[in-house]
Amino acid sequence: MGAEPLLKIEDLSTHYVSAQGRRVVRAVDGVSLSIKARETLGIVGESGSGKSTLALSILRLLPPSAHIVGGSLRFEGEELLQKSDAEMRRLRGRRIAMILQDPMTSLNPLFTVGDQVAEPIRVHERASRASAWQRALELLKAVRIASPSTRLRQFPHELSGGMRQRIVGAIGLSCEPRLLIADEPTTSLDLTIQAQYLALLRELQQAHGLALIFITHNLGIVAKMCDQLAVMYAGRVIEAGPVRQIFAAPVHPYTEALLNSIPQMGVGRRRLTAIEGQPPDLAAPAPGCAFAPRCAKVIERCHSMAPPQVGLGDGRVVRCWQAPANTAAERLPSGAA
Amino acid sequence: MAIGTEAIPLAPRVSLRLGAFPVLPTLILCSIALIAVFAELLAPHNPELGALGMRFRPPAWSAGGSADHLLGTDHLGRDVLSRLIFGARVSMVVGFTAVIVAGAVGTLLGIVSGYLGGWVDQVIMRLTDTWLALPALTFAIFLTAIVGPSEMNIIIILGLVYWTRYARVIRGEVLSLKEREFVRLAVVAGCSKWTIMRRHILPNVVNSAIVLGTLMLGVVIVTEAALSFLGVGVPPPKPAWGLMLADGKKGLMVGYWWLTVFPGACIMLMVLSANLLGDWLRVKLDPQLSQL
Amino acid sequence: MTNYILRRLGYSLISLLLLSLTIFLFVRVTGDPSTLLVEPGASAADIEAIRQRFGLDQPIWVQYASFLTSLVTGDFGNSFYYRTPVLELYLERLPNSLLLAAAAMAFSLLIGIPSGILAAVRLGGFWDRAGKVFALLGLSLPSFWVGLVLILVFSVSLGWLPSSGSGTVWHLLMPAFALGWYFAAAHMRLTRSSMLEVLGSEYIKLARLKGLPESLVIAKHAFKNALIPVLTLAGINLVIMINVAVVVETVFAWPGIGRLLYEGITFRDFPVVQAVVLLGGAMIVVVNLLIDILYAVIDPRIRLEK
Repeated sequence: MGAEPLLKIEDLSTHYVSAQGRRVVRAVDGVSLSIKARETLGIVGESGSGKSTLALSILRLLPPSAHIVGGSLRFEGEELLQKSDAEMRRLRGRRIAMILQDPMTSLNPLFTVGDQVAEPIRVHERASRASAWQRALELLKAVRIASPSTRLRQFPHELSGGMRQRIVGAIGLSCEPRLLIADEPTTSLDLTIQAQYLALLRELQQAHGLALIFITHNLGIVAKMCDQLAVMYAGRVIEAGPVRQIFAAPVHPYTEALLNSIPQMGVGRRRLTAIEGQPPDLAAPAPGCAFAPRCAKVIERCHSMAPPQVGLGDGRVVRCWQAPANTAAERLPSGAA
Repeated sequence: MAIGTEAIPLAPRVSLRLGAFPVLPTLILCSIALIAVFAELLAPHNPELGALGMRFRPPAWSAGGSADHLLGTDHLGRDVLSRLIFGARVSMVVGFTAVIVAGAVGTLLGIVSGYLGGWVDQVIMRLTDTWLALPALTFAIFLTAIVGPSEMNIIIILGLVYWTRYARVIRGEVLSLKEREFVRLAVVAGCSKWTIMRRHILPNVVNSAIVLGTLMLGVVIVTEAALSFLGVGVPPPKPAWGLMLADGKKGLMVGYWWLTVFPGACIMLMVLSANLLGDWLRVKLDPQLSQL
Repeated sequence: MTNYILRRLGYSLISLLLLSLTIFLFVRVTGDPSTLLVEPGASAADIEAIRQRFGLDQPIWVQYASFLTSLVTGDFGNSFYYRTPVLELYLERLPNSLLLAAAAMAFSLLIGIPSGILAAVRLGGFWDRAGKVFALLGLSLPSFWVGLVLILVFSVSLGWLPSSGSGTVWHLLMPAFALGWYFAAAHMRLTRSSMLEVLGSEYIKLARLKGLPESLVIAKHAFKNALIPVLTLAGINLVIMINVAVVVETVFAWPGIGRLLYEGITFRDFPVVQAVVLLGGAMIVVVNLLIDILYAVIDPRIRLEK
């Protein structure tokens, strides 16, 4: 595969610094990922694993207490970390768009749906009001909203949660971005609506040739939607690669535990396996592997040294001392692979 | 490779700037209290006696002033500094007592209303609403017109006017306290309503009452000053700061500024200190009250 | 919605009733109300006549009934000093107070809202800190002292502005400033916290994600939402201003109802005092009712309530 990735994240680190400067939370700690055009990358992890911070870091839209302290973000060959505020603003919504989780609060209650969908078009493409509204109408049709012309004039509180989330999707697509980041877009939706929404996203992705980063904690969605998968734990990517392969044969104990904890129906009466222990405190990281305290396959080395990222071939990477590449030879830890 | 990229703020960092203990305001309040207590020792002159030959003297540093009257004299030749010192006593006594009276009544009624509920609650709440509809200053003036001004009357009147602020808030607290475990346990254990109110509810609302008290102190002092200014406050010749402002108005147009600036500055200092202390207490004791 | 409005109307009527009852009882409770209801310096015969006229030896509820009836028919008694019906005096002076309050309100919003927004947007910066100081000063300085100091500076020292009376815009400036100062601080505080809350909301996040320029995010998306609670407070504060203005009006000899009240207590003109209290309270009840009704009309959830 010689195609240059659309987005290439290398060794990115984002830290939250508390007001007095004494507490540093390493929300994203040396993450490396890439995604190609038209690809769907799923990012999976518990709350606090750093997935949302990663997404916001890509867009460089972090709260004042957060700082990107290292690494590289290359989008379409350009280094995002060196762009000015104005340049980033031109990227947002236009080349890279994002969908948020909660449809009930994502839309401004005081402005009409049409206004909010047309807005990015008017700002980024300097379109006239009339043409922007026409585009908005077409966008509403594309996200399968019934009676779109009526809806355009309505206010968000007049629409249901599912409809609002479609509007948010329409807003995301309005300027034909190359990359769409969806941060748990279906978590707040009713189960029956979720499937519809996912199908819609799939369809839109095909139609517009989008790359899609899908952030979720739900492995079922990953199985349905994603080509590639990255599993995050405590701010690090601990396993990544093609979805099918990881599901078939997970290497990292955490991934394995995650897959085992999905309740399965009709496969005999298996006990629900949960992962013991608590997620780590990101402000006081232990020296070794972050998952060591909860790992079933932990060895001595795991507590003292953080495993580096090693390639397993076929685009798979993993951070684990138990990975075949690590146990096969005596590797000395070096920086990120 | 530390790139400290300046990201555009996504959400404002609302810092709980608790800050240090407000040393200066507390010091000021304590000083005023001490001055009030030891007024006789501190004041250089009798605040109520004036020498008619010494009328309208400016402060010591201006032309025509003397070190004998550091802050000048008023229209009756009385020493401003001494009057300010004794005025502190009036403000302190009236302010604190009124706040305590209002607090006691308001907390009591708030607890009763919140805990007992039913028609008691309705009656007290309607009363509170009505009372609250009456603008405080106007109501206070009205009451002084009826009973006549005296120090005791003013205290009672201020207490009457402001108890409703407490009742409202305390009642709200009691309503949520009622649902808490330890109260329910006490009910199950068979405690009488009055015992529960006294031993379980009361200690838990004291914090809010105290915070409210500090916040109310400033308001009460300003109201008392306003009453004195209008001539219906603590009656002369007792030197209330508000009264000094009213007297000071007589010399205003001729430029006798010290009669206006100093009393007002005292009021401001006291209210400012009370407010700062109250703000700090509010954050410290009960973050929920920052809605006040 | 009609149900809601009717209920609110009912509550307001009860409040008005209780208001009149409270005032009535206070007057009666302090022993001998006849001393209040007569002019100062009246003879014993006059007092007796008053006692007859007001039926002060009648049972209390009869007295209250007649009190209530006279209120409802607009008879608030006659002023001892002016010898005209009090209601007439009140209505004559009311526009002046309204004018002063409106000017003070305009001032407080013009200062309060922009400074609150600036403080929120540049959190922790110069404007925020300056705003905090301003808020503290505003809430701690008594309005009448501000007025007095203003007179000292602008009338006595500089001679630019008139120190009393009304009639021209120049007469209005200082009283409006003195009255509005406290409220400017209050409005600034509220605008700031309201703006902060809005800025932390998801739709603002989305607006930024759309790549909108920050000025648009603030001016369009944040501003309107942040303003709602402030304007509500402002509405209530307007009425409060009218009532609180008594000291400012006294300082500047502004011919409003505040000054009327002052005259009432100075001249021991009790009917005036009583009327100002009653009407002041009634005003607040009515305005609260109107605001609640306005909300009912605007907020669709209430509108659709059975």
